[in-house]
Amino acid sequence: MNKKQKKLLCRILITFALTVLLLFLPISGIYRFVCYFGVYLVIGFDILRKAGMGILNGRVFDESFLMSIATLGAFALAIYTKSGDYLEAVAVMLFYCTGELFQSLAVGKSRKSIAALMDIRPDRATLKTENGVVTVSPQEVRVGDIILVDPGEKIPLDGVVLKGVSSLNTSALTGESLPRDVGEGDEVISGCVNMTGALEVRVTKPYEESTVCKILELVSSASSKKSRFEAFISRFARIYTPIVCGCAAVLALVPPLVNMLLSLPAGFDIWLYRALTFLVVSCPCALVISVPLSFFAGLGCASKNGILIKGSNYLEALSKTEYMVFDKTGTLTKGEFSVVSAVPLGVSEDELLHFAACAECASSHPIAVSLKKAYGKNINRDTVCNIQELAGRGVTAEVDGVNVSVGNSKLMAESGVEIPLDIGEGNAVHVALDGSYAGYLLVSDTVKENSPKAMGLLKKAGIKKTVMLTGDNYNEAQRVSQAVGTDEFQSGLLPHQKVEAVEEYLLQKSKRSVLAFVGDGINDAPVLSRADVGVAMGGIGSDAAIEAADVVLMDDDPLQLVNAVKISRKCVGIVHGNIVFSLAVKFACLALTAFGLSNMWFAIFADVGVMILAVLNAMRAFKIKK
Amino acid sequence: MKKTYNIEVDCANCANLMEKAAANTEGVLSANVNFMLLKMEIEFASGADEKKVMKAVFKACRRIEPDCEIDF
Repeated sequence: MNKKQKKLLCRILITFALTVLLLFLPISGIYRFVCYFGVYLVIGFDILRKAGMGILNGRVFDESFLMSIATLGAFALAIYTKSGDYLEAVAVMLFYCTGELFQSLAVGKSRKSIAALMDIRPDRATLKTENGVVTVSPQEVRVGDIILVDPGEKIPLDGVVLKGVSSLNTSALTGESLPRDVGEGDEVISGCVNMTGALEVRVTKPYEESTVCKILELVSSASSKKSRFEAFISRFARIYTPIVCGCAAVLALVPPLVNMLLSLPAGFDIWLYRALTFLVVSCPCALVISVPLSFFAGLGCASKNGILIKGSNYLEALSKTEYMVFDKTGTLTKGEFSVVSAVPLGVSEDELLHFAACAECASSHPIAVSLKKAYGKNINRDTVCNIQELAGRGVTAEVDGVNVSVGNSKLMAESGVEIPLDIGEGNAVHVALDGSYAGYLLVSDTVKENSPKAMGLLKKAGIKKTVMLTGDNYNEAQRVSQAVGTDEFQSGLLPHQKVEAVEEYLLQKSKRSVLAFVGDGINDAPVLSRADVGVAMGGIGSDAAIEAADVVLMDDDPLQLVNAVKISRKCVGIVHGNIVFSLAVKFACLALTAFGLSNMWFAIFADVGVMILAVLNAMRAFKIKK
Repeated sequence: MKKTYNIEVDCANCANLMEKAAANTEGVLSANVNFMLLKMEIEFASGADEKKVMKAVFKACRRIEPDCEIDF
């Protein structure tokens, strides 16, 4: 609680105690008024002062002013009707202030929890210099400097490990609880916590460009990009108060005048009381507070889970997603090849792999890597000679005295080897030994473990159609699409054709729904920006992705997408609920008041109560069920 | 040119009104008030005197919320 809140709480407690006391004191007449008015001033002085200043500034529809009019009016009516019921005015002011206090506490609490959540900012770096080790602030470290990170410390800047082995806790950035192992030569990013071993890191980026800085900047500017709900509510608030005040004026004047014309008793006091009650519910603050609070909580919840959303507007858009278009490589698949099957001809499977792996031993091509991985044994390089890499075709080499050609069908054709087998689907790597065909190995991109599960859950979460786009051939695309379970796929697309494909789907979908494109952010920037919502996956450390996308998933787990959609749906659901509920209560309250079925007590209870409920409801957006 | 200032304001509606008042101040191209983060982002018109403009913005905001603060 800050000073202002403590003061307010004190005044609320004092007023409450004094009011209770007054209820039991048998005072009457002018003393009764003086006592109650004194108590009223304890709680309402601030509001009256603000109201006065509002008048000086020409602000008639200021909420303090309206509350002051309503309560002072209630006093005047009590004197006029000689009812001596001053309690009502005091109570209205008391509840109003209690509501204000509650609201400010709730807002303060969510501000704090977001700040705690974003506690990834490193406060110091241990710099290794010629004169020993010094502790400096991360801003002072320059690119190329060497820093030491002890176990338990946060990595202050992005860099490359020079010495040491350790596991890193990346949960503050990615929401992923499994630690990441790093060793010499691995890149590390700022904001991770070093867990087990001391590391020596060469800094590769200045602090301002480090991952931590980028993330903090992104998160803190996110809630400034307002959603349609916020725009709607602020426009609504601007007209709501004047309209309610206008209605109050009509209510105070018209019915009594009509009564007079009909020569009935005018009942000025009754209608004035109803008009004053209108003013009590004329403040739109409850309505206005819950919307940004919900979005703030939703954005906070997302970043806690390693999902960076660049604005409330994108959170809103994400919740309306019906079409989700995926890039294949690196998004649904790992972007790493592996051997899925071997079809030998005249040799054993092991022999086929042995020759292929040995011939490729010097190559770092992803396919070569996959062959070596599938072989699994150490390769004795002395047995391999005459290695020739033929770009776009494959490799030839001499292994154990055998002339081996490993490559695609072009290479086979060039070396005059006929392919006697019918190749099914996928990328085949053919092997020829001494000019005769020895079989082929099927390599393909491995589907991420969680991709099929994520597709199923996305469908459950309300995504209508999932599409996969890829530059790969039809066979490979079909295989991956089936394995993952996307509804549609398009293959053989060049980057600009992916944009066209997305544009087609944009026309297909219903107008109010949203199309999201999910890519790895590396070479699909045009598509990311063309889609309604661009989601970049595994954005950690990739500047291009953070720039181009609207939503960045720090982890490359497709299940994160499901979380993102769930968080957005929940948040927007809460906002909807709050708006409808608050408006319904306000209008009901106004209607009841107009017909004399409620009083000021009821009005202030409804007003403060609805605000408290809306705020509590908004705070729910902080948490999701996994 | 855009600049961000820390502000202090108690109610969300006032924050919205302050945003509008700031945007209507001479020398301000656009304004954005973030109630949850208590930040005001002002985009100045080219050639505007920042200090002078902010004084005017502050005055306009004070008319809306007498005890609001802007750090500038």
